[in-house]
Amino acid sequence: MAVFFGDDYEEKEEAKALIKSLAKLIEKLGDLEIENVEIRAEELTLILQPMIGVMAQAPQLLPKVEKAIETLLKTEFSPPIETYPGQIAEVQIGATRSDGGSRKKVVRIGGEKTMPFYSFEALNPNRLAFAMDVFDMPVALAKSVKQHFEDVMHDPADWAKRCVEDFGAEIISLNLISTDPLIKDTSTKDAAKTVERVLQAIDVPLIIGGSGNKAKDPYVLEAAAEVASGERCVLNSANVDNDYKRIARAAKKYGHIVVAFTPMDINNQKKLNRLLLDEGLSKEQIIIDPTTAALGYGLDYTLSLMERIKLAGLLGDSDLQMPILASTSNSWGAREAWMKSEEWGPREYRGPLWETVTTITAMMAGGDLFMLSHPATVRVIKGLMEDLYGEVDTDQRIQDWITDIGM
Amino acid sequence: MPEKVTLLSVYRFLPQTNCGECGEPNCMAFASKLLERKFTPENCPPLKKPKYKEQMAKLIELIAPPIKEVTIGTGNSIVKIGGKEVMYRHELTYHNPTAIAIDVSDTMDDGKIVETCKAIENISLVRIGETLKLNMVAVRCASKDPDRFSYVTSLVARSCNLPLILCSFDPKSLKAALEKGQVANKRPLLYAVSEENWREVSELAKQYDCPVVIFAPNNLTLLKSLIKTLQAIGIRDIVMDPGSYTEGKLLKDSINNLVMIRRAAIQRGDKDLGYPIMAVPAIIWMGEKQDPITASYKEAYIASLFMNRYADLLIMHTLETWALLPVLTLRQNIYTDPRKPVSVEPGLRIIGKPDEKSPVFLTTNFALTYFTVANDLESAGINCFLLVLNTEGLAVEVSVAGGQFNSSNVRDLFLSSGVEKMVKHNKLIIPGMAARLKGDIEDSTNWEVIVGPRDSSQIKSFLTKYWA
Repeated sequence: MAVFFGDDYEEKEEAKALIKSLAKLIEKLGDLEIENVEIRAEELTLILQPMIGVMAQAPQLLPKVEKAIETLLKTEFSPPIETYPGQIAEVQIGATRSDGGSRKKVVRIGGEKTMPFYSFEALNPNRLAFAMDVFDMPVALAKSVKQHFEDVMHDPADWAKRCVEDFGAEIISLNLISTDPLIKDTSTKDAAKTVERVLQAIDVPLIIGGSGNKAKDPYVLEAAAEVASGERCVLNSANVDNDYKRIARAAKKYGHIVVAFTPMDINNQKKLNRLLLDEGLSKEQIIIDPTTAALGYGLDYTLSLMERIKLAGLLGDSDLQMPILASTSNSWGAREAWMKSEEWGPREYRGPLWETVTTITAMMAGGDLFMLSHPATVRVIKGLMEDLYGEVDTDQRIQDWITDIGM
Repeated sequence: MPEKVTLLSVYRFLPQTNCGECGEPNCMAFASKLLERKFTPENCPPLKKPKYKEQMAKLIELIAPPIKEVTIGTGNSIVKIGGKEVMYRHELTYHNPTAIAIDVSDTMDDGKIVETCKAIENISLVRIGETLKLNMVAVRCASKDPDRFSYVTSLVARSCNLPLILCSFDPKSLKAALEKGQVANKRPLLYAVSEENWREVSELAKQYDCPVVIFAPNNLTLLKSLIKTLQAIGIRDIVMDPGSYTEGKLLKDSINNLVMIRRAAIQRGDKDLGYPIMAVPAIIWMGEKQDPITASYKEAYIASLFMNRYADLLIMHTLETWALLPVLTLRQNIYTDPRKPVSVEPGLRIIGKPDEKSPVFLTTNFALTYFTVANDLESAGINCFLLVLNTEGLAVEVSVAGGQFNSSNVRDLFLSSGVEKMVKHNKLIIPGMAARLKGDIEDSTNWEVIVGPRDSSQIKSFLTKYWA
């Protein structure tokens, strides 16, 4: 039997007595079984109406019972808010004329006081930022990405412009892969020229990436840093087994930021970050790249690593208080993103969705800066950002979803 | 379970006789298995004796996860959701992967209903040796007609063996469906109790012993009130739907709500909110006729957003494989054990029936890489030797960058495998993504290194070009 009584014991006893006598009456009437039945206030009202003459007490008791039902159902929810002792460093990418560069726009990332999108407890000061990938030579790209760039792939400056002007890239990530001795072995001088040309073509900040050749990258990045002096570019990347000191020195000398890359290992990440700090870089000049694996290809490791790094930083580990770079365009390495397959359905939708889901996962885990390849991903993610930052009013009603979903 | 549960606190409630009936050497070992979730208290035979009744009850309460595990369905057709213990998956493996239901409307014609049920049941995608499947059917009472809903729910129950969700805010419709024995016997999830109908729907949940959803869109105080009320009525299997808004500020609120609920339950010990959470990405499809591609795309990423924020159950609408594959893959990723690399044994594998002229390939021991390459070689009918390098379970690109894929490791594998003696050539084909190690590997092995394709699906065409 489920009857809600007031808190007050006497009231309960009175109500019980009332219901007992009611039960007797009802038994006679035979239209209500009292066991396993929940008596509600309005029912009591109905039942009691003809009984007023029989039970003198009833009219006074009734409102109390009704009130008791209402109050006992109520409870409070208070948001479980935490505060963290640490805060993530804020990194400014790009420099305007007033601070020594020539960018029209700069991008600030990091500065978090809480985990991503926990806006019930704190507002993180900066939005997540989205860069698009550009290469210094035509490269093998998934068909659905390539179709948007085919005519500009021979010229990284045009490619970069396309990303900014047509697809809304906030930053350009220029990858100087042709410098790889196994590819074209482009000289550091020629690579630096490409950097200059791209900087002139766009007004947004630049990330400058090497080819991944451990021996040559530090020289390529050093030469690029020099021609981009004062622009607060991001040099991508220093790691434990390349000449990170050379890269750190170049960043200090010419006013840039360094990506600290480690392959999926939080302890090595801490070590490298500390090495870079020891080289005299400030936290505001370092971005962490703990490796972004594609959805289905180790994204689980990336997700947990980013969460651990972000939480450690918020809890006060100063070696991990730098914003995180997520190279989510790595999603295109997954065959599910690019391969033709009848079983998996059309790849022109599957590919960008693969990148979108990879990016969302990295966003929720703690990424601050993302590299993307497909224009559709950029568009979708930017729209989602506006939603998640509460910038879009809506009167969405979902109460009738059961009946109102189309077929 | 909360961190405060220690080995000793669990041990306290065991018989401490070290009888070994459970298969463990002693009660302390049993206690540690309990903590690792490899055993439940029922695995201790003596504990089931009447004299331990009280201890058993206390033990069950002690180790109960802060998020209750709710079972939907019966017999061989069940889905378990919830049972979560942590906020972040690096703390402890997540239990019970997010269940995914697909909706069926009772306004569809019978043939279409049966066909959809079969389609839901038959979708199956194999990744890393695991079959990814959808889990449930959510029948919507869109007709607003209890008789039609009752008919369609039994039709669905007959047409597939998946657990059901009965969706209607109208108690009469839910009642009509449950009155059909074949539906009630499946112990479906009732969707949903609301502020308006809680009396009637909770009564049905109690009468038919069904788990029930509480729907309280963007109102956590109401959600908690309804939970308290249902608890008082004696309902134990509760699932929470705090509302799945899919756009604008309300989407932000939905995401915040999910985090607040989970944190309150896990970190603040709020037992009222210690239930599984569900979300309905299918809401994308409300209203005017949608462009099916745009809607499927959005539904998939909204689903992945909710899955990243604790959803234990999702109701989706799309049946497009291209949209479901990323969602199912994300689920597979999130629910793997974060402490264990997904790797296979390194060493030499024989594919098909190779001879002394057959090619020798090199790959990594990351399980997905290995299975993909092996499967591609097998399905292309290539007889060959496959060297599996220990890259500590990392994929090619990552391990090349990270140094686990290096020429001295390749040499060690090369020598220990004895592959040199099995072939009469000296050509090694390495993954395209390891191209930059060509020279180093040539130096360390004294073999000619051929750079293979970047993806093993291209191996067949590669061989016809480069392998005489």
